[in-house]
Parts: sequence; C-alpha cells; structure tokens
Amino acid sequence: MSKNVLVLLDVDPGGKLAKSCAGLLGGAAKLGEPVALIVGHAEHTDALAAAAAELGATRVLLAEGDPTAFVTPVVDALVAAAGVTNPIAVLGAQSDQGKEALARFAMRTGAGVAIDAVDVSADAEGVVAHHSTYGGAYTVTSSVTFGVPVITVRQGALEARGEKQPLVVEKLLVEPSKRKSAVIEGVEISDAPKTSRPELRGAAKVISGGRGLGSAEKFGLVEQLADALGAAVGASRAAVDAGFVPQSFQVGQTGVQVAPQLYIALGISGAIQHKAGMQTSKTIVAINTDDTAPIFDIADYGVVGDVFTVVPQLIAALKDSAV
Amino acid sequence: MKIVVLVKDVPDTYGERTLNLETGLAERDKSDRVIDEIVERGLEFAISFAEQNEGTEVIALSMATEQSSATIRKALAMGADRAVLVVDEALHGADITLTAQVLAAALSHIGFDLIVAGDQSTDGVGGVIPAAIAELLDIPQLTRLASIELSPDRVSGPRTSERVTLTLTAPLPAIVSVTERFAEPRFANFKGIMAAKKKPFEVLSLSELNATIDVMSAPRSIMTNIVAKPPRQAGVKVVADGDTAQHLVEFLKKNQLV
Repeated sequence: MSKNVLVLLDVDPGGKLAKSCAGLLGGAAKLGEPVALIVGHAEHTDALAAAAAELGATRVLLAEGDPTAFVTPVVDALVAAAGVTNPIAVLGAQSDQGKEALARFAMRTGAGVAIDAVDVSADAEGVVAHHSTYGGAYTVTSSVTFGVPVITVRQGALEARGEKQPLVVEKLLVEPSKRKSAVIEGVEISDAPKTSRPELRGAAKVISGGRGLGSAEKFGLVEQLADALGAAVGASRAAVDAGFVPQSFQVGQTGVQVAPQLYIALGISGAIQHKAGMQTSKTIVAINTDDTAPIFDIADYGVVGDVFTVVPQLIAALKDSAV
Repeated sequence: MKIVVLVKDVPDTYGERTLNLETGLAERDKSDRVIDEIVERGLEFAISFAEQNEGTEVIALSMATEQSSATIRKALAMGADRAVLVVDEALHGADITLTAQVLAAALSHIGFDLIVAGDQSTDGVGGVIPAAIAELLDIPQLTRLASIELSPDRVSGPRTSERVTLTLTAPLPAIVSVTERFAEPRFANFKGIMAAKKKPFEVLSLSELNATIDVMSAPRSIMTNIVAKPPRQAGVKVVADGDTAQHLVEFLKKNQLV
C-alpha cells in the first residue's frame, strides 16, 4: 500500500510558497511520505519545487490549468494527483486558496472531509484529525468512516517540520473536467504592507485594544506597545465596530483566532465573543480600569488601572530594561 | 429571478456555547439560537435586490432541527418570501459531505437562479459548504465576495484574499457567498414579524426531497473523541501604582516573553 500523503501547497502573491506549507509538509511527514502538488505559477515552479523539497516533499507534482478559471483547475489537478499517487490522506491549508479546492475534491471523489484541523496523527485504524472548537473550549478528534481522509489544516497550527528531501519533480498531466466555473476577469495584487509589524495570524506576540482606547487616534497607544515588543496588533469587536481599526484586526469568534505566546489586552472587557479568539494564548496580560471585567478571570497577570497611564510607563520600562 | 439564501441557525456568539461530551454534538437548548449574522447580510442583499427588481422571489433554505423554525422564521420577518426547512432524524450530527449533499438536493428540488450563502459560519467555521454545493450541482462558485453585481443572467463581484483581489464573473445559475464587508442587515420590524406568520413555511424530510442520499454508504467524517479544556485560572491581579510597569516587565522577563 502506498504511504503517499498528497499535500496541496498554497503560493503567496509574491510567487513563493505560503507560510502554511512548512507545517503541512511536516504534518504529512508524520503520516507517511509527503507528495507536494503545486498548481499554476509556471514562472516560479523551479524555485517553488526546490522550496517544497527543502520542507520535506519526497516528490513534487507540477500541474498547469486554465488561469482564468476559478478553483476548478485546482480540483482537477488534485484528482489527477490522487490518481498517480493513490494517497492515504490529502492535506491542504484551511486558507482561501486551499479549503474550497479540497472540499470540492472530496465531493467529486466521494471522500470524507475534516475541516480546520490543528494537528494530524496516525493510529492503527488510520489517520486522525485533531480539532480545537468553539475558540479552544473543546479538543475534538475525528476520522473518516472509510476511504481517504481529506483534511484542511488551520494555518500556523502544525508545529511539525519535515526533513529536507532530494528534489524529485514531475509534470502532472491533468484532464480538465469541464466543470462550470466562474471566470477570473481581473487580478489585482496590492503592495505588501509597509509595516514591519508581524501578521496577526500566527504572531508570537499580540497586543490588542478595545473600546477602552476611546478613539482611532488614541488606539495608536496599542501600536506603540506592539512596536516596543515586536508584536502584532489586534482589536476587540467593540473597537472594530467603533471604527478605531479595520475589521481585519478583529480577534474573536468572528475574526482571527490567535494563540500567541503572549497576549496583552488593553481596555478590553473580555466578552465571550473576544475570549473565544484568544483564550488559548500561552500567557495573557490584561490592563483595564474596571476590576470586574471578565478578561481578568483568564488573565495570568491583570492590572487594574488606566491604560493611558500604565502603557506609557510600560513602554518606558521596556526601553530601560533593554539597555 | 429565484434567489435561495442558505440560512444557518447557530448558538449566539455573545453567549456560552457548549458541546455534549457524550455525543460531541452542539447543545442546542443550552444557548440562545440566532440566524448566523453573516447569513443576515446575505439575506439583506437578496431582499434589497428583490425590492428593486420586481418578479424576484427570495427563499430561505435551512437544514436544521424542528426547534430551529423560530430562528428560520426571522428570515421571513426580514423580508424573504418563503422558507424551506429540511428536517430529518437521519441528519443528526451530519458532517460537511452530508450537509452539502442534502442542501444540493433541496436546492434542486426548489429550483434557483442564484444561491446566496455566508462565507463561513460562526460555529463550524469551515467555510467550504458553498464550494461543495457548487461541485455537487456543477454550477460556478463566486465565493467570499465583497460586493455583488447581479443582472438577469449574470453575477459578478470582487473577491479579496489578503493582498489579491480577483474579479469573478459567471452566467446564472450560480452560487455566491458574502463576507462581513456586506451591508449591515435590516432589523425585522413589527410589520415584518406579523407578515412572516402568513408566509409559506415548508418542512421537508429526506424522502420528500426525491434525492438518493444514502447516509451510511458514503464515507463520513465522525468525531471519535472530545475533551473539554479545563477553564483557565486567573493569575495575579494588581491595582496599578508607580511600580506596576516595572513589575510587569519583570513578569514578562521571568516568562521569557521579552
């Protein structure tokens, strides 16, 4: 029986492997032999294939597809790749690029799907997906009743890393399925953000601000502390709804879910909606004037005080301690 | 034009949400049930389109339990013309594959020009059902749109993922999903709530869908184990004074966080 684990790799707008790829190939290596699939990006395939081997892919399959057709060429490529590899599992990122193609592949081939896994493992009965649901309140494992499991993995969740493999590249012949697809009429890539701040998703440290910051101008305090600590900036839903920051900053059940080493909540009361997005953080620090704020119930270090007094002092103390 | 909006009833994210530790299923009666807010934005789009385009029918479709009727009825109060609820004992604990199969069968049963869904629910957070339905029905998918341009025979819109914006377009019939960038939904007013009571509300079982869905014969994803994480304990709590910043830096250093 094959030990192949088919892994769909995302490519970022700059033509490099997406950050999720290292964890996916590392996770696949725990289950069997990772076979990478890259669809499109013809102008970058040499570098992409080499990068995939570096991260643990024992084989790299390169597929082309109609670049104007949305999603379906990726599904067609997955079908072709599964045909030549006969995999024991198919993995991909729980990303905008990956999850839909994997779900469609599962529908087309009649496979069982496990969504948003935070880890994968194998036991005597096959491949098991591990999930963290309701904002980390429950840990759940799932498996498929039979057949090949198709698993999407939460970005940044898999800590396993594969070992570098010799580069083996194959061109994959793909028979287009002629499924009806939307046409991509235009592609616009905006410039990479100029900020040197880490991305919220997957950041090791996150500083978030809430309604207590009072205004968009005053929210700058959150950014100052974030820069002093090399942290990403987040916000509570209340701060987003009040217009202090865009929705992409929102940490919570209806925003980004984070699990950093350090989470500092400034002027955030800690509604369940917010806690669901950050309560699995390793260390939580909260600063809030209201000593009954629910955020203090889950904080490792709570400070009852005014963020506008405490945070500037903290930034100064951090600078002093760095000297 | 016939627009079907996929409606999901979910536990309110503002309250505590629990899973049953024996069945692994959501405890529906332990939390307030609401229409998922992203679905309300989809409904808002469909209803405002219908208001401006005569001859448009808006149908709310859901697969849930009988108790969800009250939640689904809210879609009628907002302005949908009728509702279809698929309820069947065999669907208890349905996985993604089964859910997509049942919704696809119900959609074929109802008929549609456009299907509108939310991009992902607040409880399942999978975000793949619209794509799965597109595959099963062989129709174009235009998912995670930031806005929708709809004409009698065509649908288009921009889809932004991180730094890339794709402009998607397709002839109808098609499926779209909306993101939080869509307009805030309207509130159901008293008139709407009263009118909703008179609107058609159809409850269908699997056998009435004329679909051949064999719940047991296809591979299914099943939950094999569930553990509740022990609640997090509060640590130290201090009232700010002149030394607070210093102590906090020491705390961060001790935990190797700076």
